[in-house]
Amino acid sequence: MKLWRKPLDADDWEPPKGKIYIIEERCKGCGFCEEFCPRKVLEESDKYNSRGYHPPEVVNPDDCVHCELCELICPEFAIFVLDAKEMESKKPKKKRGKGGGSKKTSQKKKSSKKQTSKKTKKGGRK
Amino acid sequence: MDIERSRDRFAPHYLEHEKWKLGDYGAHPIDKYLRPGRIPHIWCSGCGLGISMTCFISALEESGLPLDKNCVVSGIGCTGRVAGYLKLDSYHTTHGRPIPFATGLKLGNPELTVTVFSGDGDLFAIGGNHFIHAARRNVDINVICVNNFNYGMTGGQVGPTTHLKARTTTTPYGNFEQAFNLPHVAVASGAVYVARWTTLHARRLKASIKEALLKKGFCFIEIIAPCPTAYGRRNRLGTGLNEMKYYKEHSVIRHNADPAEAELVLGGDILVGKFRDEEKPTFLDMQKEGTLDVMSGKGGSKK
Repeated sequence: MKLWRKPLDADDWEPPKGKIYIIEERCKGCGFCEEFCPRKVLEESDKYNSRGYHPPEVVNPDDCVHCELCELICPEFAIFVLDAKEMESKKPKKKRGKGGGSKKTSQKKKSSKKQTSKKTKKGGRK
Repeated sequence: MDIERSRDRFAPHYLEHEKWKLGDYGAHPIDKYLRPGRIPHIWCSGCGLGISMTCFISALEESGLPLDKNCVVSGIGCTGRVAGYLKLDSYHTTHGRPIPFATGLKLGNPELTVTVFSGDGDLFAIGGNHFIHAARRNVDINVICVNNFNYGMTGGQVGPTTHLKARTTTTPYGNFEQAFNLPHVAVASGAVYVARWTTLHARRLKASIKEALLKKGFCFIEIIAPCPTAYGRRNRLGTGLNEMKYYKEHSVIRHNADPAEAELVLGGDILVGKFRDEEKPTFLDMQKEGTLDVMSGKGGSKK
């Protein structure tokens, strides 16, 4: 969007910023979010999900203004936006590791991880 | 069991964020309104039903109505599956009969907010009479009709809203029946709130559904949705994305327009907007009034 003049209160007003989360496994590649994003933040990626669709990827994360149109227009409940600043201030302490190896062992590992993560969650909330 | 599975499946690290302490599960904020283990849904890629459902859920969330006083009733068809996916008190009823079920629900327990979420074939072909008479009586229910112009689930047969000259599996040489103009039917039958939006107008649609949820009386919202698999393919409308682009170019927003002008033509403009918004006593109000009159000896006809 082009502005014909700079808004008078442009200096003391900060546009909201969003952080986009994509649940790639749910995506069916309809392309609505990529097409109708008003700031062209999303683009089709090269990777495949397990159903063979190309999920979107965030190409210009700084342009997102948290309008939540992608969240509303996604038919698969696969994309949502949260306030970027809020998310940065409350970053999770531990990221879950990418599971490797066979399923059986990873399940056991996950279950043990869950218990530990639950404990940390409770601690964090207090 | 299902909850655990859906947690594991996407392993989202952001679940530890404060917003998720609401006791919900799954990976998406909307997941707390969806039945666990039922997503991914069966709707095709490019279908507009998911958008309609997201808009309904967001409107419900914004309206602040209590979830345990909210009911969704669906009929049969692709749209009929909405009731199965929503984690509300939802009913999946017989073909064409969601409005009688909803009327019964509302009259049995007037505290409830009842929403009928169904397709065009279900509400206007098989259940056409129920629609007309519920609108005439002004029963306090909201009807959301997702119009995809054909019977999508059974393979794309011709329906009461199919465009003139459109090809479907049962009209391979073009449809020669006149189509229903749904807002006109609703206004003529006496609905107090009538609006039409396409799935592209997601934000306006959300606002409209919220208005309808908070309004008393028979509210009708038509949602024009793409059906790329059954209808779009046979009419060379392209993918769901192409149909959405078409809505962007060809939809005309005109509030308070005459619904008689809102007829849909294949390849023509789509008139959208809020066609009617008025106040009228509902069926329950009238019934109470009538009963009180009789009790106090006034008696309706003896005047």
